[in-house]
Amino acid sequence: MSDHSATQSHGLVHRDDEGSKLGMWLFIFTEILLFGALFIVYSVYRFKNQDAFHAAALNLDTVIGTVNTVILIVSSATIAMSISALQQKNKKLAITLMVITLVLAFSFLVNKYFEWGAKFHHGLYPGAEHLMSLGHGQNQFFFLYFFMTGLHAFHVIVGMGFIIFVMRQVMRDELTYNNYTRLENAGLYWHLVDLIWIYLFPLFYLIH
Amino acid sequence: MSHDTHEEVHITPYSTYIIILALLLVLTAITVGVTVIHLGTFSVAVALFVATIKGTLVLLYFMHLKFDNKLFLGLVAIVFAVYTAVIAITFIDYLSR
Repeated sequence: MSDHSATQSHGLVHRDDEGSKLGMWLFIFTEILLFGALFIVYSVYRFKNQDAFHAAALNLDTVIGTVNTVILIVSSATIAMSISALQQKNKKLAITLMVITLVLAFSFLVNKYFEWGAKFHHGLYPGAEHLMSLGHGQNQFFFLYFFMTGLHAFHVIVGMGFIIFVMRQVMRDELTYNNYTRLENAGLYWHLVDLIWIYLFPLFYLIH
Repeated sequence: MSHDTHEEVHITPYSTYIIILALLLVLTAITVGVTVIHLGTFSVAVALFVATIKGTLVLLYFMHLKFDNKLFLGLVAIVFAVYTAVIAITFIDYLSR
């Protein structure tokens, strides 16, 4: 499809949609291994400090964690639907769905801000005197909690940037119903953010 | 996405995404629910099992692995197989110390 339509509309412009998507997947594999390594660190620390991890996890807010899970799942569905909308030449709906995704992503970060704020308020941050007094195991739990959810939140921000980038291109008709791979790649990145959270959520918020 | 013809482009209907979204929400409710009823050591296994079902749904439907070139599905399967092996080796090490 790509070579054919690209030749028609842009003369000699060559496009390799499949190759572009393969590149995105290869990048996603490096992300999976990055978080994968952290999950292994988590499981070893938890295995060695089971009671401390249970005690520490009681400090996390399951409600906020659940709300953020729902937010990410819904936003994952909306960005996926925006691809279908663009493929069906419904540019307006595609952009609306991208805006909804961005609003949800932002509200995820707002929740994260309040959640982290409460932890800091209670002296539960790496290096805090209160946390230091709770012992090695709980320290490891909170170190991993901040590092992993922080790295994940950073990915949320990058994902928002990626979506804004492709949304502008859709608005300017640089991405259209027969040239949408970049939107698909932004979608893949966003689903990765969702995928990582699917594991972070039970491992940090649901230990009881 | 195939490079031959327009006809081969797969457009996922909105209804598919809505169904997958509903399934993911139900599974989330199940994981949270399981935590409340305290299954002890069992609950980690249940939580990871449900998370893996959710992850598979995201990969197959949201990330289009079910509809795209099967090369992508194969690569993802290899990456997860290697990762699982690394976890297994790590734990064989820790459990046998």
